[in-house]
Amino acid sequence: MSEVTELDARRLLCPMPVIRLQDCLRKQASGARVRITCTDPGTMNDIPAWCRINDHTLLECDQQDHQISFLVQKSQV
Amino acid sequence: MSKKAVALISGGLDSMLAARLIQQQGVQVEGINFYTGFCVEGHTHAIRKQDRNKNKRNNALWVAEQLGIKLQIIDIVEEYKDVVINPKHGYGANLNPCLDCKIFMVGKALEWIKDFEYDFIITGEVIGQRPMSQRKATMPVVARESGADDLLLRPLCAKNLAPTLPEREGWIDREKLMSITGRSRKPQMALAKEFGFVDYAQPAGGCCFLTDKSYSVKLQDLWNHRGTRKYELDDIMLLKVGRHIRPNQAFKLIIAREEGETNFLSGYQREFQTIKTVSHAGPIALVEGEQLDAQQLELACAITARFSQGRDADSVELLFSDHGQNTQSIHVKPMPAEQIKADWVLA
Ligand code: SF4
Repeated sequence: MSEVTELDARRLLCPMPVIRLQDCLRKQASGARVRITCTDPGTMNDIPAWCRINDHTLLECDQQDHQISFLVQKSQV
Repeated sequence: MSKKAVALISGGLDSMLAARLIQQQGVQVEGINFYTGFCVEGHTHAIRKQDRNKNKRNNALWVAEQLGIKLQIIDIVEEYKDVVINPKHGYGANLNPCLDCKIFMVGKALEWIKDFEYDFIITGEVIGQRPMSQRKATMPVVARESGADDLLLRPLCAKNLAPTLPEREGWIDREKLMSITGRSRKPQMALAKEFGFVDYAQPAGGCCFLTDKSYSVKLQDLWNHRGTRKYELDDIMLLKVGRHIRPNQAFKLIIAREEGETNFLSGYQREFQTIKTVSHAGPIALVEGEQLDAQQLELACAITARFSQGRDADSVELLFSDHGQNTQSIHVKPMPAEQIKADWVLA
């Protein structure tokens, strides 16, 4: 498995975390994995929705205290 | 070969209907949504605790999912500043530069279709819907000044406008497009029903805070006191949060109205002078402006204490901190409500 790219989107409000994730994934190869850490609860809706729409796979979603982290894999197409 | 179109997706009903009308004609549609920093949704919901139970969905993402299209959200915060600061066509009722904004967004969409090889652009504009940007006279202005010309198709009112390239070339059938005009929402609602769209967003007052009177007052005040019309993203975010009180030319207070705002504003403690009530439950306040002298500090604390649970107490203790350092304890008598002058409150 390739390395996971870490993205810190804490304190950013929606839709900035989605934009950060999208811009990061655009530069990655298919199958690459990115973990994004957020504090805006709106990301609980937005990041899964953005992944579904754009065919990326949400591998994990983990919420601890006020932090939410998402592990996303870029689509194969 | 099937044609490809980019739809400007605002998250509202009109752009959703426009995109679906074109999808129905066998065109492959993808969406783009622009983030200006002034967008209404998301932030205030995320910040204010009382709003936390409300649906926090991003409407543009939701619309894209309903349509089954891909969506890119594009950060235009930096480039958009020039639109807000120097709108060639001026402002609407508040600080909303709607016509320049439309021209700018369609221009960005044009760059996008060139870079990624799409054939044309769709928007949900309707003639006569908005007094400033959606009049019959302004439709050609947007098309011309954005450079999109006849690559810009407005499916909801296309039959009232000259045929565009996609219509003339037969990529789409003009007869199946609409001729909606005016401010009534009935035709759109009927079309939504026909398409089976329910639960769509009906944002009151437009897509952004710039159409909001109280927000515009705060933005103008910020510009006036800085002596320049520049702003950063944090500035325009903070205008969405808290009570803004300017008792004099030296400083302004941004006082949290509830716990969610207190949490949000607490994240700015290193960037501002801050005041927090400690003897009673109360808000945090950010001080924007000059370094406070003893007299100003007392005034700022007395106002902040007014908004704490100790508002009727003889003395309230507050902590003042200078960019997260040199914390000092201050005791004041809260300012009586009647002494907080109406013109101090920016709204
Ligand atoms: S309401 Fe805001 S986002 Fe919409 S056109 Fe006007 S300035 Fe642009």
